[in-house]
Amino acid sequence: MKATVLVRPKQGILDPQGDAVETALGHLGFSVAHARVGKVVDLELDASDPGEARAQVERMCEQLLANPLIESYDVEIHG
Amino acid sequence: MASPQPRVGVVTYPGSQDDRDALWALAALDAEAVPVWHEERELPDLDAVVLPGGFSYGDYLRCGAIARFSPATAAVREFADAGGLVLGICNGFQILCEAGLLPGALLQNETLRFVCRDVPLVVERNDIPFTSRCAVGQRIVIPVKHGDGRWYAPPEVVRELEANRQVVVRYGEPCNGSVADVAGVCNERGNVLGLMPHPEHAVDPLLGSADGALVLASLVEAARERALALI
Repeated sequence: MKATVLVRPKQGILDPQGDAVETALGHLGFSVAHARVGKVVDLELDASDPGEARAQVERMCEQLLANPLIESYDVEIHG
Repeated sequence: MASPQPRVGVVTYPGSQDDRDALWALAALDAEAVPVWHEERELPDLDAVVLPGGFSYGDYLRCGAIARFSPATAAVREFADAGGLVLGICNGFQILCEAGLLPGALLQNETLRFVCRDVPLVVERNDIPFTSRCAVGQRIVIPVKHGDGRWYAPPEVVRELEANRQVVVRYGEPCNGSVADVAGVCNERGNVLGLMPHPEHAVDPLLGSADGALVLASLVEAARERALALI
């Protein structure tokens, strides 16, 4: 079973990378109101049940993949 | 009776960079500097521990996020919980924050640039073992060199830290965008301090400033008192 974790800077946290991307997109002529830059972690899991896989990945996020003080995360499970 | 040399450990993680400077500086200030390998599950007999700067485990994922799980970090946590003196410098500060031994987190500098220069700092308190040789309000100059030194904590946490006087050192001029200009914070008990500036690089006046010795000599002195108390 595969999982994708999206880690984002929490709302309200200054994200200078996102601001730089926003400015660069502006220079290219795109009208972008707000850009935030996060991380993607792709995982292959030894689990057969999607619920169990999700629970496992959420524990990974809490313990290592995200720092809850500064980051939020979303977990996607793919069959 | 000759006063004993306090034993101060310096942990080397894969990717630590300033461990040798820290060992040198502590020895120059009359401590017995003891190298500690990251795989050690138990610390040797020590009176204080320093977590040095560098890029432990390549700074992968987040600075300090992997070092937090190393065996030596677990031993340092036990040491700190028992009241032992722990100083984290730069990457060491990041590790202590990730490990939950210090409040807050260190984010990428506001400017997205690596800063490497001497910075003026203001000492906010001198009633903890790390700054006893400084005066309150004293301006000292110590170099920084980091890409991820912007200390952050949510407003309610910052209010609590200010009320508890846990902000020990602030930048005297804008440096990296840290909330409340925080350059160093301690835990509530005052036995664990994290500093982004590098006192170990400012111990000999030949290198531009010897103000780092004020911090490290305070630590060595406190470690010596602890060593004496154990005799």
